[in-house]
Amino acid sequence: METLLDPFNYAFFVKGVIVATLAGGLCGLIGVYITLRGMSYIGHGLSHAIFGGFAASSIITVNYYIGAGMWGLASALAINAVTRRRRIGADAAIGVITTASFALGVALLTVFGNKGPSFDAALFGSIIGITEGDLWTLVAISVFTGLVVFINYRSLLFATFDPEVADVSGVRVARIDALLMLVLSLAILATLTIIGVTLVAATLVIPAVVARMLTNRFARMLVLSTVIGAVCGFIGMNASYHFDVPSGTTIVLTSAAVFAIVLAVTGGRRLQRAGQLDSHVEPSTT
Amino acid sequence: MSDIWRGEELIRLAAVHFGYDRSPVLAGVDLTVHERDLTGVVGPSGSGKTSLLRLLLGTVRPQRGTITRRPGVAVGYVPQLETVNWNFPITVAECVLMARKQRGVPWPSRAEQADVAAVLDRLGIGHLARRHIRELSGGQQQRMFIARALLRRPKLLLMDEPTSGVDVASRHDMLHLLADLNAEGMSILLTTHDLNGVASHLPNLVAVHGRIIATGTPHEVIRPSVLEATFGAPMQVLEHLGMPVVLDRYDDGDRVPVGTRSVM
Repeated sequence: METLLDPFNYAFFVKGVIVATLAGGLCGLIGVYITLRGMSYIGHGLSHAIFGGFAASSIITVNYYIGAGMWGLASALAINAVTRRRRIGADAAIGVITTASFALGVALLTVFGNKGPSFDAALFGSIIGITEGDLWTLVAISVFTGLVVFINYRSLLFATFDPEVADVSGVRVARIDALLMLVLSLAILATLTIIGVTLVAATLVIPAVVARMLTNRFARMLVLSTVIGAVCGFIGMNASYHFDVPSGTTIVLTSAAVFAIVLAVTGGRRLQRAGQLDSHVEPSTT
Repeated sequence: MSDIWRGEELIRLAAVHFGYDRSPVLAGVDLTVHERDLTGVVGPSGSGKTSLLRLLLGTVRPQRGTITRRPGVAVGYVPQLETVNWNFPITVAECVLMARKQRGVPWPSRAEQADVAAVLDRLGIGHLARRHIRELSGGQQQRMFIARALLRRPKLLLMDEPTSGVDVASRHDMLHLLADLNAEGMSILLTTHDLNGVASHLPNLVAVHGRIIATGTPHEVIRPSVLEATFGAPMQVLEHLGMPVVLDRYDDGDRVPVGTRSVM
């Protein structure tokens, strides 16, 4: 027991656990909307896109959150706009826009060198170097996201379930979509250096999928996904310390273990339900 | 269509052209929806029925022509069942409640709960309010979306293939329900493939195939010449108890009306 509590004597670890728990919960909450919209891949893509902004803001010495944030939001809005036009699928839009941005980031860092946060931390996550500022930024983004979901609960639900009918029913779907992309960009931005570019997608998708396997109610799915994400963040960060493995890796492995346990307990039927989260058919265009 | 009994205009399409990118879908459409109309839009797949609904809804804009809407007219929309994500984690009551405007907190007020219960009871699915949407039959799913539309108290109800995927009994129930809503003053416009089961029972029809082929009563629209121009295939029309009945037919040299086999 003492061994388990030992790392809590270190301030950097306590800060890391708080950040990982918050980050897990935040990604779990937003992940519900992302998976139900059939945009699971966007977390993976957007984190790569933000890496381009991470590199650019590092080179021109602009604050990381401002530079990478604006870059990420622009990428998210571009993906959303391309997807809504329906000429190109969401997966293709994400693939084109975000990999180009990631490649640009790698090129910029190769040519100009890195003057900002660690390259490895950005890729795989690390609790080393989490500042008070990072912690309070994540707290602010989490509170903002919670408020966005709370206040726009019904509009977000309608725009996710049936955007066309929502549009004619008075929901400002374009505004709601932009708001969701904003909080998604902010969440990825704030969690990038803890979880890492390559692993952040899993923290968006796995808690939501597990929550879907456990409930048929939307509100319950939101709560479950947030709690599962937070718990995996907490356990994963502790595992990171004890096994001396990057924090993003242990958080994702914890989430995957929870998924496997829930699958084993609930059976394949529930997996089928979660595996078809976005299994709607596009309406006829004529 | 006779205008003598009709109410005021709700929406008027004048010389409307519409297409996706460079592919024209509808050309030169003139159509007016009045108060208390009950109209069916018939045509084959790809003929422009859904595009016509979207123009009326206002989710797409015409490339040419004008669409005039009476200000303040609430429009309800019932989508095709095939386009819905039935795995979405919501109950029947949650789905219906979506139609109500955001109120700043996630949970519904008591008045909203009462409204949802009342509209579900009216449509005969009140006992299913807490069920997941996938657990309903096709007819019940249609009623759920009608309930969602009705919660907005629409003046005009637009429905995309409302009888697609439902059994005969549910189709009859649906037609009775639409007749009741129409009698209460609601204007209804629906698309359908089903000429005998649905279209021939409606007071007004519009035949569409890239343009308006014909408008009028079932007797004026369900005629061999109109149907051939609309569906691109010869069809026979018989009269049964004062209603037109369409028989499929194909020519194999002896001009045998194959569809007559199924008529007893």
